[in-house]
Amino acid sequence: MSFQTVNLLLGKSFVLNCEIFFVTLLLSLPLGLLVCLGTMSRFRPLSGLTKLYVYLMRSTPLMLQLAIVYYLPGILSPGHMLPRLTAACLAFVLNYAAYFSEIFRGGIQSVPRGQQEAGAVLGMTKPQVFFHVTLLQVIKRIVPPMGNEVITLIKDTSLANFIMVKEIIAMAKEFGNKSMIWPLFYAGVFFLVFNGLVSLGLERLEKRLDYFK
Amino acid sequence: MAILEVQHIGKRFGATHVLEDVSFQLEQGQALAIIGSSGSGKTTLLRCLNFLETPDQGKILVKDRVLFDAADLSTQRESEIRKKRLHFGMVFQSFNLFPQYTALENVTLACKLQAREQPDYKANKKQLLADIDARGRALLDRMGLSDRTGHYPHQLSGGQQQRIAIARALAMQPDILCFDEPTSALDPELTGEVLKVIRSLADQNTTMIIVTHEMAFARDVADQVIFMDEGVIVEQGPARQVIEHPAQARTRQFLTRYEENRP
Repeated sequence: MSFQTVNLLLGKSFVLNCEIFFVTLLLSLPLGLLVCLGTMSRFRPLSGLTKLYVYLMRSTPLMLQLAIVYYLPGILSPGHMLPRLTAACLAFVLNYAAYFSEIFRGGIQSVPRGQQEAGAVLGMTKPQVFFHVTLLQVIKRIVPPMGNEVITLIKDTSLANFIMVKEIIAMAKEFGNKSMIWPLFYAGVFFLVFNGLVSLGLERLEKRLDYFK
Repeated sequence: MAILEVQHIGKRFGATHVLEDVSFQLEQGQALAIIGSSGSGKTTLLRCLNFLETPDQGKILVKDRVLFDAADLSTQRESEIRKKRLHFGMVFQSFNLFPQYTALENVTLACKLQAREQPDYKANKKQLLADIDARGRALLDRMGLSDRTGHYPHQLSGGQQQRIAIARALAMQPDILCFDEPTSALDPELTGEVLKVIRSLADQNTTMIIVTHEMAFARDVADQVIFMDEGVIVEQGPARQVIEHPAQARTRQFLTRYEENRP
């Protein structure tokens, strides 16, 4: 099999990794923010529940979570299974939202209290203080830890092969079954290129936020 | 006429009484200095006026209207507190400028957000915002910062930052401007420029409450002085009298120690 064919097949399956990546990023960021506000809430039942959620998501293997999201609906009501890719995306969104919520919390709590007070004494509402005073300072502070998670995310998407999503590593292993081992190694290049671009993007974002301290 | 009337304010943090039965009045156009050692409750008092702390006891009246009454929960609703706060301006010890905004934006942000609530906002948006910008520039000009409007806080000295913070507080046109140790975070050589600005505000009869450790400044600029110790007002009266001829032993003790520790 030629290099070009391998490239094409690996590339096609990497599209699945990218799909999981972008869906997860798009949905888990806002969900993570909601979870974060929940954990910081003074309403005990809400903070308790969201903290429990974060605990469960961070303390069990993502692989296990994938299996639960994919198989559990079918066990509870036979015949009602989610499509594999949907199940994978759902598990990733739920898992990453928990991690993101903690990063958000760290970011929000690191903004000095005086900022909120300054906004409050100027007659701003709480949402105005959050969106016009706190948020950009939070974003600036969380770019580096967020970058870590984002880079981990694209690599983690390979875990979806545990529920038979034929993403790039699963595809590369198939070549291995036909006694071609190099495509498995070569699959790493896709991740290197992808994360190279992600890193560049993060660096640019950091630079753009460099105008204030 | 008293613009501000504070009646029997009390505040506890856990078992500690931070303020006990604090009462005073402030006349329109007068400057009041609050002096006392650290932990005497001066800052907490200012924070109570700005609704950053909720007193456990007492009343606060502005222009004869009850703004706050510890016994009446209806005066403590979040939505109303927001509007009531605007009677007071606050200048913090650590400036608390918004780092991501320029000097001008710091001054105009709250005004612009408030303008959105006006019914004619959509129709006159451009004009309204331009007016706010013009007022912001004028305020910065008054602070001697007309050449710094586009600078970010981290590009400016502490004295300049604090003057922006003063302009920002003035932009909301408060009835009473509060200063919480406005020069305590500044290098000695930057203290003067901030005190000069506050002095000029006093000359223009701005109603002010200044928590300060600068005794000479309090004596020269304030009309009234309150000396606080352990959460109570020990002595209050005309500035010169309290600082130069204190009636209470504790005030004398404080002022003597202050004199001895001066460089």
